[in-house]
Amino acid sequence: MSEMTYRDAINLALKEEMRRDQSIVVFGEDVALYEGAFKVTRGLLSEFGEARVRDCPISENTIVGVAVGAAMGGLRPVAELMTVNFALLAMDQIVNHMAKVRYMFGGQTSVPMVLRMPGGGGSQLGAQHSQSLESYFMHCPGMHIAYPATPADAKGLLKSAIRDNNPVIFLEHELLYNSRGEVPDDPEYLVPFGRVAVLREGSAVTLVGYGRMSILCLQAAALLEKEGVSCEVIDLRTLSPLDTEGIVASVQKTGRAVVVEECWQSAGLGGDLAARIYERCFDRLLAPVRRVSGLNVPMPYSRKIEKLCIPQTEGIVQGVRELLTSSY
Amino acid sequence: MEESLKGVLPDEELLRFYEEMALCREFEESCAEQYAKGEITGFLHLYSGQEAVAVGCTAGLEPRDYILSAYRDHAQAIVRGADPKRVMAELFGRSTGICKGKGGSMHLFAPECNFMGGYAIVGGQFPIAVGLSYAASLRGEDRVTACFFGDGAMNQGTFHESLNWARLWELPLLFICENNFYGIGTEVHRASAEAILHRRTCGYDIPSEKVDGMDVMAVYQATKRAAAWVRERQRPYFIEAVTYRFRGHSMADPAKYRSSSEHEVWKSRDPIPNFARRLVAEGIAGEPLLEEIRSRCAVQVQDAVRFATESPWPGDEEIWEDIYV
Repeated sequence: MSEMTYRDAINLALKEEMRRDQSIVVFGEDVALYEGAFKVTRGLLSEFGEARVRDCPISENTIVGVAVGAAMGGLRPVAELMTVNFALLAMDQIVNHMAKVRYMFGGQTSVPMVLRMPGGGGSQLGAQHSQSLESYFMHCPGMHIAYPATPADAKGLLKSAIRDNNPVIFLEHELLYNSRGEVPDDPEYLVPFGRVAVLREGSAVTLVGYGRMSILCLQAAALLEKEGVSCEVIDLRTLSPLDTEGIVASVQKTGRAVVVEECWQSAGLGGDLAARIYERCFDRLLAPVRRVSGLNVPMPYSRKIEKLCIPQTEGIVQGVRELLTSSY
Repeated sequence: MEESLKGVLPDEELLRFYEEMALCREFEESCAEQYAKGEITGFLHLYSGQEAVAVGCTAGLEPRDYILSAYRDHAQAIVRGADPKRVMAELFGRSTGICKGKGGSMHLFAPECNFMGGYAIVGGQFPIAVGLSYAASLRGEDRVTACFFGDGAMNQGTFHESLNWARLWELPLLFICENNFYGIGTEVHRASAEAILHRRTCGYDIPSEKVDGMDVMAVYQATKRAAAWVRERQRPYFIEAVTYRFRGHSMADPAKYRSSSEHEVWKSRDPIPNFARRLVAEGIAGEPLLEEIRSRCAVQVQDAVRFATESPWPGDEEIWEDIYV
């Protein structure tokens, strides 16, 4: 094990995989010479050269489409969009092409690519640079979605994503890049898709999170422990495939669930998770499922009000307290 | 002025051009009948009138070169070698279809003959063509990627992004615009500020030319030259093939935005009888031989229809297959 940041864990995964497999290429806006807007691709150009690590023009839709074509043509591209917000410019290639060509061509091709996108709110970047679009992607079949919460998962999930023969959307939270943790040194350390991580065991309530929300859930669980409330924290790891069984197993044990989502609540993944929990755990639930969500507003800039729009640890704690005193 | 055909290519090659064009026409007109009968449903965009482009371009490329197209893709797939039976079965939505009945008319795919797909979002194929070309280039494969599209696609962002990218990365791409003058019902000059389309590549330092898309030999020669240029220099090139679709945009379009006089002028330039006339005039073929070829095509298409008709529907379990690897 080595202690490192989430950023360095992603960087390490990229380097290890590129050393292992010559067909892996990295391209995106400012990923080569500039080494990434968030410095995630530091050292890649110098180690792997211009043929495999390339800067792209600011053409997000085409960045994704080139990755789709390159994957169909025998490469394993890891494309980066500078932030997830720009994915909205690329939704045609993501939804209409990346996620569909295999199916509509009757399984005669595959698209082994990864689309890395930093995102999330909380850095005062305003309405156009603070979005959490995971629910947009989850709505669409034909691709996987990974969203690591810890440095170890950042490495293990990215390596699995690169080796997967399906297109994978790989979401990275900008506020987690400097977070630190123990990361296995094993170059074969792979985190499987579709299996939740139980980050903390507990008995009274299940907190379900993903990405940075899982970290907030852990903080909330630590605070609640002081009040004598035992929380189990489930980190989804991959939003697609979604480990419904893992969630259900925990809620069957605790009888209560708080789902924490950074995205907008309307038609968001929290509602979907709540529905799955109701469908499978209805007779076991001691109280209605509670959602802690981003507010349904465009993100304001001012830090005083920005933080009110994003789930916070205190909000999760409050949600759990209310849940424990509520019933049907 | 028409150049002599004789000596440009062996007679059998010229006759093959004729046969391929005739097969495509026969196939498309048969599709129209099957659509009227309700055997083919959904969107159906026919290629009748544009055959010289698919046939001439394909002949000017090497079999290992990639071809991508838009949604008017039957001819490109068949000329490239896709089995007309399986293409017809695809249009019928049968399990024996080239994409198991999951793609339909607009999404043919035949990787064994390097036909890399029909794409139905206008301009969606541009970035994918760039990606395929990049992969081929990096893997050291000597392939040109030929990307077909219509005049309407040139107003999509992906056109500009992809031309820019192809030139920046020095990729061996051949962009082939099939200018049939209408994006559904909107004529080129109402959609493109520069209506002389091949001029629009100058902003990307990509050389271009215009070719008569109703003349299979002209299309063949232009493609042959262009493909050699692309292969040698590893840089993109652009061909505008000026052509005309004899039918509406799709079977749902009666094409009332075109005058009958305009239609008649273009009908007189029909690439198939005109090429036949030249073959006969130059003594390459007699009318009986051409008739024999046409009959052969008709039989092939009848066989395709029978095959499609007799093929089973996909099983319900197919719904869940091929989403993920």
